[in-house]
This record gives sequence, C-alpha cells and structure tokens, in this order.
Amino acid sequence: MIPFGYRRAEDVDGAVATVSRNPNAVFLGGGTNLVDHLKLGVASPELLVDVTGLPLDRIEPLPDGGVRIGAGVRNSDLAADPIIRSRYPVLSQALLSGASGQLRNLATTGGNLLQRTRCGYFQDVSTPCNKRVPGSGCSAVDGYARYHAILGASQQCVAVHPSDMAVAMTALDAVALVQGPDGERRIPLVDFHRLPGDAPQRDTVLTHGELITAVDLPPLPAARRSRYRKVRDRASYAFALVSVAAVVDIGDATVRDARIALGGIAHKPWRATRAEEVLRGAPATEETFRRAAEAELATAQPLPDNAFKVPLARNTLVSVLRDLTQISEKDR
Amino acid sequence: MEAEITLRVDGARRSLSVDTRTTLLDALRERLGATAPKKGCDHGQCGSCTVLLDGRRATTCLALAVAHDGAEIITAEGLADGETLHPVQQAFLDQDALQCGYCTPGQICSAVGMLDEAKAGWPSAVTSDIAAPTVELDDEEIRERMSGNLCRCGAYVGIVAAVRQAVRQAGGGGSQ
Repeated sequence: MIPFGYRRAEDVDGAVATVSRNPNAVFLGGGTNLVDHLKLGVASPELLVDVTGLPLDRIEPLPDGGVRIGAGVRNSDLAADPIIRSRYPVLSQALLSGASGQLRNLATTGGNLLQRTRCGYFQDVSTPCNKRVPGSGCSAVDGYARYHAILGASQQCVAVHPSDMAVAMTALDAVALVQGPDGERRIPLVDFHRLPGDAPQRDTVLTHGELITAVDLPPLPAARRSRYRKVRDRASYAFALVSVAAVVDIGDATVRDARIALGGIAHKPWRATRAEEVLRGAPATEETFRRAAEAELATAQPLPDNAFKVPLARNTLVSVLRDLTQISEKDR
Repeated sequence: MEAEITLRVDGARRSLSVDTRTTLLDALRERLGATAPKKGCDHGQCGSCTVLLDGRRATTCLALAVAHDGAEIITAEGLADGETLHPVQQAFLDQDALQCGYCTPGQICSAVGMLDEAKAGWPSAVTSDIAAPTVELDDEEIRERMSGNLCRCGAYVGIVAAVRQAVRQAGGGGSQ
C-alpha cells in the first residue's frame, strides 16, 4: 500500500472542495471496497477524505410521500428501517442479500453505489484490465467469464456491477443527489451507472469531486408489492449470478404497471424496459411473463462461460413475476 | 503518514500513533496485543476478524484504524465477565462448535452482534415477512445471519447448535 493522507470532512462543501482540488484524492465511506483496493493495489490515492462523520445518516420522509436516504446511512440500518421494509420491501431484500451482517454494518448507501466490479481480472493487478489501466486490454473477454455480462458489454470490458441495492433502487426509479464544486444535481439511478463502451474505467457519470449526499425514493404505492430475488453459487454471502428486482402493479388479472431491473448481467443495474413494455396492459399470465423476459434478453450476447445466464435470467424473472401475481391475488 | 488515535479495547483506554495505512485489525493485533480477532483472508471474505465496533459486529480487516479514532471495541476476549464466560462463549464450548478454533473469536463476536440485531427486530434475507416487527431465530435464520463467518474445519453443525443454545437462553426471538 502506498502512503496516503487522511482527513476527516467537516462539512459537505469542504469535502467536495478538498477532493475537487486534488486529482489523487478520494472520498472514504465504510471502506469495505476501497480499503480492499488499497491492499490489492487497485487504488492508490494520495489522500482519503472520510465523509462518514457528515450528517448524511438519516432516513427522512419527503413531503411528496417519498423517502430521502442519506448517503452515509449504513446498509444494515437502511435494510432494517420500518418504512423501507413496509413500503419498499424490494430494497430491504436487496440489501439483506448482499455481503454479510458485519459488512453491512460498515457499508454506506453512497459507497454501495460506488463499489466497483468484482471481476477477478480487475482485482488482480498482474493481469491486463481496461477498467483498471485503460488501453491495457481485457483479460475476461477471452478468459474466464462465468460471472460476466450478457447485456450491454463491449470488447473493452465485460465486467458486471456488483451491487444488489442499486438494482432495487433502479427498479424503484430512485434519484441520486450529488454535490459538486458547482452545486447540486439530481441523477436518476437508471442514468447513474454507465455501460463500458470505450471508457470502462468510468463506472458512473460522476465527475471527480462530486459527492453523493442522498438517494431519493419516489412515492410508489405499488412498491409495497415488490420483490428481489438473487441467484448465486452458494446460498448466502456471494455476489449475484443473476438477480431481479421487480415492482408490479396487478389488478383484474392484468399488469397495470411494471418496474423491473436485473443485476449480475451488465456493467450497470439493467432496467428492463423491453420487458416492462410487454407487461404493461397484458394479462398477468405465465405466457406474458415469459414473453416479457424473452423480449428483454433477445439482444443478450453471452460468452462461452456464461451462456447459462440467459435462461437463468429469464426463469428468475418469470418466477419473480409469478410470485408477485400470487401476492396480489392473496391481497384481494 | 502517522496519526494519533485512541481506542477503547475490551474496556481499557489505549492511545497510539498509527500509520494511516494500518487497519483496525493490525492495530489491535500487532500494536495493542489484542489477538482474539484473527487475520484469515484479510479481504472481508471470511469474518474471522469480527469484533463489536461501537456495539455492532464489524469486520476489522477492511476498516482503517485512523477512521475509527475514539471507537469502543469489544473482542471475543472482552466478552467474559471475569471468570464467567459470556453465554455465547459457553454455548460454543457446550456444543463443541469448533475444531481448530481459528475462526471462533470472530464467530462468537458475530453471534453476539447478530443476537442484538435479531432482538431489535432486524429481518434477514430468509425472513418470510420482512415487515414483521419481530423475528424468530430458527436454524435457517441462524445460518443466514452467520453466513459472514466461514469455518474451514466445517464445524457449522456445532456452530448452529451453539447459537441455537444462546438464542434459547436469551429467550427466543425479539421485538422492536
């Protein structure tokens, strides 16, 4: 680990100013990903600006009926929050399916959004990786790619985003509040993470020095019936092979509205707009669900090691939609 | 870069100067002689370095010591009340919940923290009604909530039994 300075942020503006001034400064949250990268040599900042002491640790109702989640709220506190559990269960479920109890107690909301891929080549500094060293090549595209992308990848990068929380937030139409040197901006979660294209080193649309201060959830009554399902190589404490976050509004055996995001299959949480289009207004039947899933995955381009993710994603989505339909019927 | 920090470790106030690169785990083990938390993977993947950090279970290998200046830390060693073992420690002995013992201090701290979480009504990934204010810790819940602690000897059957014993002693589940 190369030496670095450490500073505790006094306020948001000061933290943003400090990091903006120094191209080799980074924000430090819970550290569960960044400290690992310091050890691995994946990250080598010269200054850490600790933002965990800032007053960004509250979960507050918004006047429009939504909820504001401070960027410093710990993953465990967010998952256990009574409002989130009752009104946005998909978000609690996603959080609880990620990492472990002792990691969730450290990890923050902002840090979770900014965690980086767990692609083994990205984390191994002895191998080429365009995300870590732009232009050095992608080891995964011709290497071992069981865990990699089937949608939206490029020749430069086939890594996937590892977050569960962000997948649920993407389905919920959440909006990130970001403070930069020139003021605040609001970024819909669906636009927050990038596809790799020719610049896989950039995971998000943030510019250097911008700090996530909060995530807003819109009022979404249908989200009371929402679900997150994660499929992985072991029953717990593993990253997703495939995950599905879904909010579906069903009435009179018809899908009135649907919000769906997929995890583990792309460089960003994948909002399944094609599936949503098929679902909206269609009868809530297994046949519809299958058509919706197939529409979404029609453009999938799997690699030899991860072709299984196409049927796995399709079947997981169909099964989540089936479960949500049954819940809706029970409620009537 | 050096930084002056103070930690409270198992009840004792300890001040020291640390390189900013020092993890909480290395500060505890190598600087303060608190060797109950173990270095397993050193990458947040095994749970053997788990302690109670300001009252909550936390991995210490991915925490920088400098970022936890002023923290209150309880290691597995600090759980006992004099010669009287903590109920979770006693349960690990009663249920033969270890073989080599290397993961045990982390398992025990994790279990103590987990029992508090359950008492506060926190759900887990296997909780069927996530909005319910209380949770019953059956074996499935115990396994899920303890999944951040790996045991390479495979003493999981005993570990689940030990936590089950501690749950019974604490009076079952919990409420908010």
